[in-house]
Amino acid sequence: MAELTSPRSERMAVLKPRVYAWVQDYGVYAAVLALLLFNVLFTPYFLDASNFRTQLVQVTPIVIVSLGMALVIGTQGIDLSVGSIMSLAAAVVVLYLGYGWLPALIVALVGGAVAGAAGGALVAYVGVQPIVATLALLVGVRGLANVFVPQLVEFRSAGLIALGSSSVAGIPIIVLIAGALTLLMMFVVRRTTFGRQVVAIGGNRTASELSGLPVKRVLLSVYVISGLLAALAGVLATARLQAADPTSLGLFIELSAITAVVVGGTPLTGGRIRVLSTVMGALLMQLLAATLIKHNLPQSWTQIVQAGIILAAVYATRERGTR
Amino acid sequence: MEPVLEAKGISKRFPGVLALDGVSLALHPGEVHALVGENGAGKSTLIKVFTGVYHPDGGELLHQGRPAVFGTPMDAQHAGISTIYQEVNLVPMMSVARNLLLGREPRGRFGVIDAGAMYEEAGRVLAGYGVETDVRRPLRDLGIGAQQMVALARAVSVDARVVIMDEPTSSLEPREVGTLFGVIRRLRDSGIAVMYVSHRLDELYQVCDRVTVLRDGRLAHTGQLAELERLQLISLMLGRDLGEVRGSGMTKFSRDRHLAAGTSVDQQAEPVVEARGLTRRHVLDGVDVSVRPGEVVGLGGLLGAGRTETAKAIVGAMPIDGGQVIVGGLPLRGGSTKAAIRAGVSLLPEDRKAEGIIPTLSVRENIALAALPSLGTAGVVSDTKIDRVVEIFMRRLRIKAASPNQLVSELSGGNQQKVLLARWLAVRPKVLLLDEPTRGIDVGAKAEVQALIDELAAEGLGVLLISSDLEELVEGADRILVLREGAVVGELSGDDVTEERIMATIAEQADG
Repeated sequence: MAELTSPRSERMAVLKPRVYAWVQDYGVYAAVLALLLFNVLFTPYFLDASNFRTQLVQVTPIVIVSLGMALVIGTQGIDLSVGSIMSLAAAVVVLYLGYGWLPALIVALVGGAVAGAAGGALVAYVGVQPIVATLALLVGVRGLANVFVPQLVEFRSAGLIALGSSSVAGIPIIVLIAGALTLLMMFVVRRTTFGRQVVAIGGNRTASELSGLPVKRVLLSVYVISGLLAALAGVLATARLQAADPTSLGLFIELSAITAVVVGGTPLTGGRIRVLSTVMGALLMQLLAATLIKHNLPQSWTQIVQAGIILAAVYATRERGTR
Repeated sequence: MEPVLEAKGISKRFPGVLALDGVSLALHPGEVHALVGENGAGKSTLIKVFTGVYHPDGGELLHQGRPAVFGTPMDAQHAGISTIYQEVNLVPMMSVARNLLLGREPRGRFGVIDAGAMYEEAGRVLAGYGVETDVRRPLRDLGIGAQQMVALARAVSVDARVVIMDEPTSSLEPREVGTLFGVIRRLRDSGIAVMYVSHRLDELYQVCDRVTVLRDGRLAHTGQLAELERLQLISLMLGRDLGEVRGSGMTKFSRDRHLAAGTSVDQQAEPVVEARGLTRRHVLDGVDVSVRPGEVVGLGGLLGAGRTETAKAIVGAMPIDGGQVIVGGLPLRGGSTKAAIRAGVSLLPEDRKAEGIIPTLSVRENIALAALPSLGTAGVVSDTKIDRVVEIFMRRLRIKAASPNQLVSELSGGNQQKVLLARWLAVRPKVLLLDEPTRGIDVGAKAEVQALIDELAAEGLGVLLISSDLEELVEGADRILVLREGAVVGELSGDDVTEERIMATIAEQADG
């Protein structure tokens, strides 16, 4: 076929992968910047501090959950159970509030870790496909949460309410927590043996096994971390709502988290984890929805535009993969 | 007699490789035709051209004398070409009878399947293939051998004129092999052309009439099998001429190691690794291997003889039914590569892409991978330590990359192989098992890798070298173990380490 390609198409052939690579690497940052710029110019009161704060607080649970999701997807897995683990954490935290909010928080986190370990054990040791293992948890764990707390329960723990609504230097605590976790996750992925092993296993599991990596243990840990983060997101969301709502808390958040990861340019085929871009992906989706609503476009528009962005992100990743 | 299926000058190109280069082969009715060749010879590509999976880029396919184009595997089947793969492709949950007669079930009134008639017919057909079973039971209850018979019976009963069998005996018991041969002879006598692909020479000589040898995508030989001695057949497959006289070799081993006096091998030294009686059903049959410090032990044999499997069993990457591996006097516990690596035994796998490199990571990270736990403190990796190790090995192995941070998947095959060698050297092994270390890499890199093996052995590393390149094996190894059908059939050392002796050992009849 070589004789059929003209110089122009040859140049395109060289250029195209680079463009896709750029889009995959920086597209999400560019999109967030562009959207911010648009809002500064055309949206009244956009730069208002309270508006900003609302946006950030709303996106926080998704950010925290998507940090764990990015780790799981980096191993070529997926975790559908995060939303249900959030609801389990909400149920557990109100059940144990009597012992004080901190012990209750810890029990909720342990619950999330145990649920994550169940999924991780199925994936790593039994060999169940991640999508199936965590789908089972998605169904079962929410059921369990509903058994513990069948309907919405309000609470009056001052400590927990403060966790959800107070600020430090004008920044909500839960946003600070999400920020700190993002930094921590960046450190784990880039600088720890564990993080490098996660990426290697996602990139080539057979090679990792032959290289003596503790593949099963790493896989298990990844799901435990995802469960832990989901439980924390569940507690924080509950604290902000000032009520535990296991029936609807975290519904469909697994989809938002996967979207954030994908839009951030982390390939679903594993072997690569982009932490900051994942957070940007979550912010992009949030900002997009807010922008369209502010400009009085119906909800359906938001969904269509979001779908377009997901397709664009997946396309850029795919093009790069087939290079 | 006119061939039922004929390939004329078939070529097939894949990106970067010419898999078939003008190959011609004619299958006549009533013959059993062996197709042999080593890895990458083009056997499976040719089969896929015959069965409509691939479309040739050049050449012509003739079916009963007329040009034929098989657009899909279905077209080939309709033309009467059936293939029996190693993995049986039937429906395991359905009854044996349904599998056998699927789509052709006897119908009763109103088009309803006549179950009674179906079971009766299925039982009758299968009895002819030596399968006595309750045909009502699901297929998966049968042994693999019996399942293969069902597949074969099905293939033949859908009016096959050509039956292609790809390694049909690889999971059969000897008794089942006997039955299969009986069936093949019957097929032949009824005028069906059988193409038989196998690495087991004994079987070829038992059942095949003619043979076609492929090598590197080209036709190496075709003719009557009975007129071809085993030794000739092997030399055709391996591409080494019998009695070929060469002066100094083409490899970069400093000398013919086995001939050099006073190599670094101390014959009295304790072996660094010793495998005793490695056994795995259908794969390995009591293999003993030992490697001393500074010694290069070669594993010879044809494809499928159990060389790769021996290496994998030693490092615990393949479960075994029996036998043990002793490293430094202590038995290695339970099938994990991690334990083997910790004890100082590492494997450079044969399939660089699937089992070696992590394509999404950089050169630097690929080199550091196995040594990661030792290149950091408390689980946090140390960039300085990694950089030092990476720099040492990139320089020593002359790895050509734009920078250590370049993606490993962007390097040439030879440089990828050096990256993998660096990965292993970084964990300071006592023994390296090298499975085809120079396959598919360019001449320059090949020479460098060979020189490196020499150098490492001189420093006291034990090496187990697996290579299909006989010259590399002969010049690189101090001692050679020859494998055939999962067992060690000969050990060559000193003056016996020659290509001729290796081929002769492979050719010896099993059971004398």
